[in-house]
Amino acid sequence: MDFSLSDEQSLLKDSVERFVQNDYDFDKRRKVMAEEDGFSRKNWQQFAELGWLAIPFSEEDGGFGGGAIELMLLMEQIGRGLIVEPYLPTVVLAGGFLRRAGSAAQKEQYLSGIIDGSKLSAFAFAEPQGRFNLADLTTTAKAKGDGYVLSGHKAVVLGGPSADFLVVSARTSGDQRDADGISLFLVDAGAKGLSRRDYPTVDGLRASEVMLENVEVGKDALIGAEGKALPLIEEVIDDAILAVGCEAVGAMEVLYKATVEYSKQRVQFGQPIGKFQVLQHRMVDMFMEYEQSKSLMFMAAMRLDEGYNDAAKKAISGFKVQVGKSGRFVGQQAVQLHGGMGMTEELSVGHYFKRLTMIDTLFGNVDFHLKRYGSFD
Amino acid sequence: MDLKLREEDLAFQREVREFIDRHWPEEVRKARRNVGRFEETKGEAPEVRRFIDALNERGWAVPNWPAEWGGTDWTPTEKYIWDKETARAECPQLSAFGARMLAPVLYTWGTAQQKERFLPLIREQKMIWCQGYSEPGAGSDLAALATRAVRDGDEFVVNGTKIWTTGAHVADWMFCLVRTGTEGKKQEGISFLLIDMTTPGITVNPIHLLGGIHSVNEVELADVRVPVANLVGEENKGWTYAKGLLTHERTGIAGVARSEVMLARMKDIARETGVDGGSLWDDAEFRRKVHALEIDLEALAMTELRVLSQVEQGGAPGPESSILKIRGTELSQALQTLQIDVFGYYGLAYPDQTLIDNEGPVGHPYGLTAMQAMLYGRASTIFGGSNEIQKNIISKAVLGL
Repeated sequence: MDFSLSDEQSLLKDSVERFVQNDYDFDKRRKVMAEEDGFSRKNWQQFAELGWLAIPFSEEDGGFGGGAIELMLLMEQIGRGLIVEPYLPTVVLAGGFLRRAGSAAQKEQYLSGIIDGSKLSAFAFAEPQGRFNLADLTTTAKAKGDGYVLSGHKAVVLGGPSADFLVVSARTSGDQRDADGISLFLVDAGAKGLSRRDYPTVDGLRASEVMLENVEVGKDALIGAEGKALPLIEEVIDDAILAVGCEAVGAMEVLYKATVEYSKQRVQFGQPIGKFQVLQHRMVDMFMEYEQSKSLMFMAAMRLDEGYNDAAKKAISGFKVQVGKSGRFVGQQAVQLHGGMGMTEELSVGHYFKRLTMIDTLFGNVDFHLKRYGSFD
Repeated sequence: MDLKLREEDLAFQREVREFIDRHWPEEVRKARRNVGRFEETKGEAPEVRRFIDALNERGWAVPNWPAEWGGTDWTPTEKYIWDKETARAECPQLSAFGARMLAPVLYTWGTAQQKERFLPLIREQKMIWCQGYSEPGAGSDLAALATRAVRDGDEFVVNGTKIWTTGAHVADWMFCLVRTGTEGKKQEGISFLLIDMTTPGITVNPIHLLGGIHSVNEVELADVRVPVANLVGEENKGWTYAKGLLTHERTGIAGVARSEVMLARMKDIARETGVDGGSLWDDAEFRRKVHALEIDLEALAMTELRVLSQVEQGGAPGPESSILKIRGTELSQALQTLQIDVFGYYGLAYPDQTLIDNEGPVGHPYGLTAMQAMLYGRASTIFGGSNEIQKNIISKAVLGL
């Protein structure tokens, strides 16, 4: 049992922390978000140069062979800075599929581009009717000649607007909610028959509704075995849950500390409001929610590094329940304690609150993961 | 970062399990599990005595003490394993007042003679202690205590009233905070005295708690004469010692292992409890409540491990240690409350000892201890510094407010 970081891990943590501190304050973030893509391509190149885009990939694939702990350290800082660059869709999701199940040719064509920063991606998995069920798919991929034809509607594809290629889940056989018969495809964003409706999400990210109308792909677009993708999807989504959960922990830390600071400055009734016991106890509650979330973050990351099994899945769902609950509480109370100022776009507090609210929903909310957690009992 | 126990820790764990299986076997655990606890009585059951003797023989009675007084020099991980395994097997513990609360004060600030006289008896549980802290006018505001100790030659003459004194009716001795000075801040002028409960002038009045348990008392002290040799440390410095005691052993305070045992047992009982032709465990609403608590418990267990790992690396516990008492007690109360739900109507039966002795418990055999645990458990967020006081402390010490 050891909770200390290796030297490499400490270096990684410091490097992201420094970036957030020096290059990503709230004003800079605002400017970045005003750019056409909703993020900064220059920053993205810097991420590539700093090696962050290579972290989870094996050394053979040109990466650093990082695991869940490395992902945790990076995402926690991304959460502290509310970084909007598409690390999650490109590196964690699309990269997660390629590194686990991509063929040599697919890695050559796509993974190297992810690592050097030249290619962005997104994972199109959700559908309008499917809610959080990863197997509820009406998008079909029908064999045709030497390849497949994809048709369907993929919903809220995070990072969709800037993606150069998509990873798409589609049904090659079976009924709408069958576990079997699900396959994954690499689809170029410019493919004929693919159209998008792009829009911002509440937390300042970009997403798309992706319509596939008889999109033809070759046999080489299939990732892994045909019809057997669900366990792989679940595994990559669990990585993504760890990632956004760590972001939430980073965001909660910023929020509870910012609220404490604000309560020391803001004077009402002739004294700083932080002197009022009812507010002190509320802030202690925020602090405790943050610490408990952080504890389960460590547990989830360590379990994932031990191997992907039921214990890891259970730890991931438990962590997601905790950050869902705690994130809402800390976010809402931060707004409450900042009073009217907390309601404004001008202060960062509300932006963290929005991100935390979004994270609760992403990849399954508290109710969903409480049920999943229980399914391992 | 990893959660795996090292090979030497696993070996230690096996050793501990063997010890427990030998000296506190499953039959004994099972027999004692459903026994209600109404009256703390002097002396212990023979199986408890045997276990404590075995602990002493093995040198494991007081792992946290310094080695020269019988401590084990275990690493924090080994201590953690010990706590976890003994809680899982529901082993008896040494009375906390002597072994966990007084002893650290004695071996840190006591005189050589006090150490020689008291520590071995505490270790062997041959001297039972109670704690004279709270008073009718000094609860959360403990430093407002008013019991006076006035020096008269080689003795202090003590007058006042202590309250909520757990086990005063069975204790041989009491460690007691008394006022010896009235100058300066109220925290100054408090002294730490050891009082023999057989000294003339002491009257112990029982207070019966919810659930029918007699464990706490009111203790009246009228012209009680205490030798000056029974003063611990310096006169008027008792507050410092009492506070120093509070920073000891923060990790055990969360009661994680006990709550884990309770949670696991509740699941078993729910599986055996019929509802609408199925079992209570089939009820998704019920299961969700259990799992929500289980996640809280896992978070708390990890928080405890984080603290442990900091201590293991020679550091001081971080700010997260401060939440262990609050969350640990909130959680055990939530579990105790849910446990009552499990028993449905039988959760309402009042645990009357005479009736049980004559005719056996009513309803489920666990039902009785569940209600008692729930009622008595309400005290956990009150004693040891109420949870509201704990929040005041965190607010000041951690958040800087």
